[in-house]
Amino acid sequence: MSTIPRTLYEKVWDAHVVERRDDGSCLIYIDRHLVHEVTSPQAFEGLRAAGRRVRRPELTLAVPDHNLPTTARIDANGQELPIADRESAEQLGALRRNVAEFGVPYIDALSARQGIVHVVGPEQGFTLPGTTMVCGDSHTSAHGALGALAFGIGTSEVEHVLATQTLILSPSKTMEVRVDGTLGYGVSAKDVVLAIIGRIGAAGGTGHVIEFTGEVIRHLSVEGRLTIANMSIEGGARAGMIAPDEATFAYLKGRPLAPTGADWDKAVAWWRTLPSDAGARYDRSVVLDGSAIAPVLTWGTSPEDVVPITGVVPAPESFADPSKREAAQKSLDYMGLAPGMRMQDVPVQHVFIGSCTNSRIEDLRAAAGVAIGRHVADGVRAMVVPGSGLVKRQAEAEGLDRVFTEAGFEWREPGCSMCLAMNPDKVPPGERCASTSNRNFVGRQGPGARTHLLSPAMAAAAAVTGRLADVRELMG
Amino acid sequence: MEAVTRVSGVAYPWGAKNVDTDVIIPAHWLKTIKRSGLGQGAFETVRAQPGNIFDDPRYAGAPILIAGDNFGCGSSREHAAWALGDMGVRAVIAPSFSDIFSGNAFKNGIVPVVLSQEAVDRLVEVAKTDPVTVDLETMTVTTPFQDRFPFELDAFRRRCLMEGLDEVGLTLAKDTAISKFEELLDEERPWIMGERADAGIAVEGAGRT
Ligand code: SF4
Repeated sequence: MSTIPRTLYEKVWDAHVVERRDDGSCLIYIDRHLVHEVTSPQAFEGLRAAGRRVRRPELTLAVPDHNLPTTARIDANGQELPIADRESAEQLGALRRNVAEFGVPYIDALSARQGIVHVVGPEQGFTLPGTTMVCGDSHTSAHGALGALAFGIGTSEVEHVLATQTLILSPSKTMEVRVDGTLGYGVSAKDVVLAIIGRIGAAGGTGHVIEFTGEVIRHLSVEGRLTIANMSIEGGARAGMIAPDEATFAYLKGRPLAPTGADWDKAVAWWRTLPSDAGARYDRSVVLDGSAIAPVLTWGTSPEDVVPITGVVPAPESFADPSKREAAQKSLDYMGLAPGMRMQDVPVQHVFIGSCTNSRIEDLRAAAGVAIGRHVADGVRAMVVPGSGLVKRQAEAEGLDRVFTEAGFEWREPGCSMCLAMNPDKVPPGERCASTSNRNFVGRQGPGARTHLLSPAMAAAAAVTGRLADVRELMG
Repeated sequence: MEAVTRVSGVAYPWGAKNVDTDVIIPAHWLKTIKRSGLGQGAFETVRAQPGNIFDDPRYAGAPILIAGDNFGCGSSREHAAWALGDMGVRAVIAPSFSDIFSGNAFKNGIVPVVLSQEAVDRLVEVAKTDPVTVDLETMTVTTPFQDRFPFELDAFRRRCLMEGLDEVGLTLAKDTAISKFEELLDEERPWIMGERADAGIAVEGAGRT
């Protein structure tokens, strides 16, 4: 073994090389494969057509999420309710048939463990430090929060992994994003990651795997880290990783699929060797001062269009790059905003608290902390969609559901929901949504929908004030 | 994937330039759960026009499509290659292809043949009445009239096509290496494989409130 200091990414990569190829690419072993209903049907069909099987079904876990309605799934008699959208029902049915045929472990829509794949993976202990992990979904980067090398793949690659448990990959460049200092009052992981993307740009991480380091990251809970790594892809990165530490181990211990007994001890011992060595070199480094990060949100149609809540809508002329100037003008037209408008004066009609970025218990606690004793403003529809059935159950045990419903929020069943509007939860054209999700692209939350990305606490603040609001004014 | 050494027969004498993936398969077909059956949606907008080439009985079921520059531009959707394959096309001849499309074509056993514009023009003429042959052995496109147009292909991809190896098939040929890696993995990191992933996760249907 070489003595050259290595980064976390390099260590995980090296531990998974099955074979090095002449052109520099490698055959990489895949330890964990998550499957959902949208990107898997053709992959299973490919296996079927070629008479192939799933090589390691036990390293695979399937769960439906994108198409599921977030309304009740069973009636008063416990009977499963049908799904109205024919194509959604068909995709969900195909997943059920495929997992049965190929023997893939599956969490059914009616199980309490069901949820968004990227919430379910860590929650079940399926996601582990130092693993290679894939899913036919770009936000697979989330799992890097636990020190996995996790990234999204296309349908042919899904089939490749199902059949061979490997992928042919070329190594990525490495980028360190260090966030120093301590976070200010009312500032959360979501603000940090939005600030990072605002800084590096939506294509800033292209070709790189980002490692998030620094005091701020180290002090974040695993759930906060998941929020950060989740959005690595919005900064263009192939994946985002955070070195596993005591917080990671404590989070994983006792989870249903986490190792136990002697295996646990052996695993922890190996995981401790994973953090980047002193002197390891990154191809690029970016440093942010955590104490300078304010609660932020997006004003445009790219996640890099970030502004502090105390700021104003920027003027297109303020961008030096002509293509950026043009894009800004287009964004403002789409968003129905004028330069110079105070962000805090912008009214909203919808609030969405959910998605794989911000639907875990800590997110719901943060939002409930703002909602408690207040009421959703007139003319605002606000919904809370827990990331999984277990998150929902936990929130109900803590009474958060009542806080939300008494404040006039809808309390719904877990799924992707209004994050991508593939199920019936959509923002109508021209209406504005304060959303804890990860993409503010044109039409992402429904055709013509206007999205502002922000933290769960900021979303709750928008719900109760009826406008984009500075959550710090509503706290304590 | 079926091996392709020779594609011979009727060819659609189309020649259209800049055929994008939306033309090959419109977006509304992407919600399908199948890779097969997309032939029905292939060239839907072209087929909406009376007298179009794809519904002309003379060319029905042609295994070759002749097109113009920049074939398959637009999105990365693999559905474009799936749609062509489903309608029976095994080779596309054009002066140039989008990179992503030609990658997808190879993955799905369709030969993208790059020939000069003059050669393509000549083939469009011939194909109106006579068959065309794409031969991977000799790396030529020929017609019954002495035409002989040599073309080039990446050696690795050519081999994949000729031996019917898709990437999955190629990797499956590495079974020994993968199995060896798994043995090592089981020793060094025993928590990755084994019983654990099945424990506690069966098809769970217990009702939730
Ligand atoms: S919640 Fe949104 S981003 Fe996350 S997996 Fe679902 S659709 Fe994708």
